[in-house]
Amino acid sequence: MAGHSLTKGRVVALLAHRLAILAYVAFALFPLYWLLKVSVTPNKLLYSEGIRMWPSQTSFEHFDFVLKHSEFPTFFKNSLIVAGSTALIVTALASLAGYALSRFSFRGKYWIVALMLLTQMFPLVMLVAPIFKMLSPLGLTNSLTGLVIVYTAFNVPFATFLMQSFFDGIPKDLEEAAMIDGATQFGAFRQIILPLTLPGIAATLGFVFTAAWSELLFSLMLISGNAAATFPVGLLSFVSKFSIDFGQMMAAGVMALIPACLFFLLIQRYLVQGLTAGAVKG
Amino acid sequence: MASLAARNGGSQRDQRPLKKRLADASAPYLYSAPALILIVTVMLVPLVLGISYAFRDIQLLKPFSGGFIGLDHFRTLSQDQNFYRALRNTLWWTGWSVLLQFVFGLILALLLDKPFFGRAIVQALVFLPWAVPSFLAGLNWAWLFNPVVGPLPHWLFALGIMSEPNNILSDPQLAMWGPIIANVWWGIPFFAITLLAALQAIPRDLYEAASIDGAGPVKRFLSITLPFLAPTIAITVLLRTVWISNFADLIIVMTNGGPADRTQIVASYIFTQAFKRLDFGYASAIALVLLALLIIYSMLIVVLRQWLLSKD
Repeated sequence: MAGHSLTKGRVVALLAHRLAILAYVAFALFPLYWLLKVSVTPNKLLYSEGIRMWPSQTSFEHFDFVLKHSEFPTFFKNSLIVAGSTALIVTALASLAGYALSRFSFRGKYWIVALMLLTQMFPLVMLVAPIFKMLSPLGLTNSLTGLVIVYTAFNVPFATFLMQSFFDGIPKDLEEAAMIDGATQFGAFRQIILPLTLPGIAATLGFVFTAAWSELLFSLMLISGNAAATFPVGLLSFVSKFSIDFGQMMAAGVMALIPACLFFLLIQRYLVQGLTAGAVKG
Repeated sequence: MASLAARNGGSQRDQRPLKKRLADASAPYLYSAPALILIVTVMLVPLVLGISYAFRDIQLLKPFSGGFIGLDHFRTLSQDQNFYRALRNTLWWTGWSVLLQFVFGLILALLLDKPFFGRAIVQALVFLPWAVPSFLAGLNWAWLFNPVVGPLPHWLFALGIMSEPNNILSDPQLAMWGPIIANVWWGIPFFAITLLAALQAIPRDLYEAASIDGAGPVKRFLSITLPFLAPTIAITVLLRTVWISNFADLIIVMTNGGPADRTQIVASYIFTQAFKRLDFGYASAIALVLLALLIIYSMLIVVLRQWLLSKD
């Protein structure tokens, strides 16, 4: 085709494409860049060099303060425990349920899928009050266990669909062959199918961890003291208490960003599959 | 389940095959039982409880509350000007968020559709906002709009868009744009990823055939790309509309519904009633109305789809 030679029109189109891409990258990264920038700006320069792109001097004083003299390490640890346990439990339950949906046709399957879809459709904010009322007499408010239970339930339906899509990609002959050789169905599932789904399991772990790490409304409602506060609760109470110290807040914000970004790198390749499996979720 | 009931009446002589049959029949239920039990106890039971709260007087601060009061909450709600404002704000918030996310997401998907040097890295970078926790996205944008530490008011002032470098989040006329912009930043990747997947499923030879026939890029987009994308666009936009209308995180973090309730949407109003005023009954009544509206919306979509299909 004639279009392959570098005509003037093609150069312009190429340039426009690259510039548009550049604009998107800048828009996506700028807020995070600014977060990082303010977190390393020493207090004495924070206001005098307010909108400079990079401070004339950098320091880690805010990180130092946040790590040593604030409760953020506790919040960080709490969030890590909650998000980590939720991810592990959800992935275990979702592999089992996803396997059932992928490999068996059974009575009630339609209703199970319908129930799981229903849980993705109604506004979760409806559940804030009743869940608080249910967990409170059980001593599960203001407790990390309570949060893990709630987050696990919220994430299981989406994770089940995700795991089902990964199981669907593995041919059935594999476990049939193993079962002819004398393995039970569960044995075949555990020894043959699960190892093949490891990338899918990693992706599910990543999705659920990110979701639990980010959850805000239920942790605000269920947690009141500092001892069991997760990162969002701690950061928001910090914002309303010491709204002047931007450097420290942004240093804490950078800390909250780190695990989310790590898990994002882990699941990046599976984003399409994950988002289509849970198109209703964020 | 019928085969489970057979366990008690099972005969002795046929034990092994029966046992195996039972195991086979119950296997899918056993696999899915833990997940189901959890969903029913932690989501379905509270959902039903919440619906019952809508007809009861439940306030955490009033120890003797809890009695049934019939439709009292709904009568209060029908007079509640804050609720109507929240309803209007929800339309505004959802409409602009979905529209901008979709348009910019579609452009990004089209840009990423053709291979170029460094595409993998670019893709990872532009999708990164999706991984940022919503509370942090909200705070981050709130800081960017803050003239003390953020550059945006100064830039808007320098461009002559604003007469003074003020915080738009404290301006009742403009405040809603703050969470909307944060939401667009955060949600573009979702649309871009979904649409990119759909784009890459379009057979490439269609484009070649079309350009041999002399179709220009605009013609190719309108007659090939758009029809192929249409089903994905429809389903994604519809589901996202429901999701975003319920998405209160950014608003609660950035403005908490203020100034003067100008950014309060129904979902954040429900949360404020439950969290700040601890009035669980009233919060549940609003939630029930929101649920009804969402169901009506979904039914309208289904009806519309049927009507469009029958017309063709």
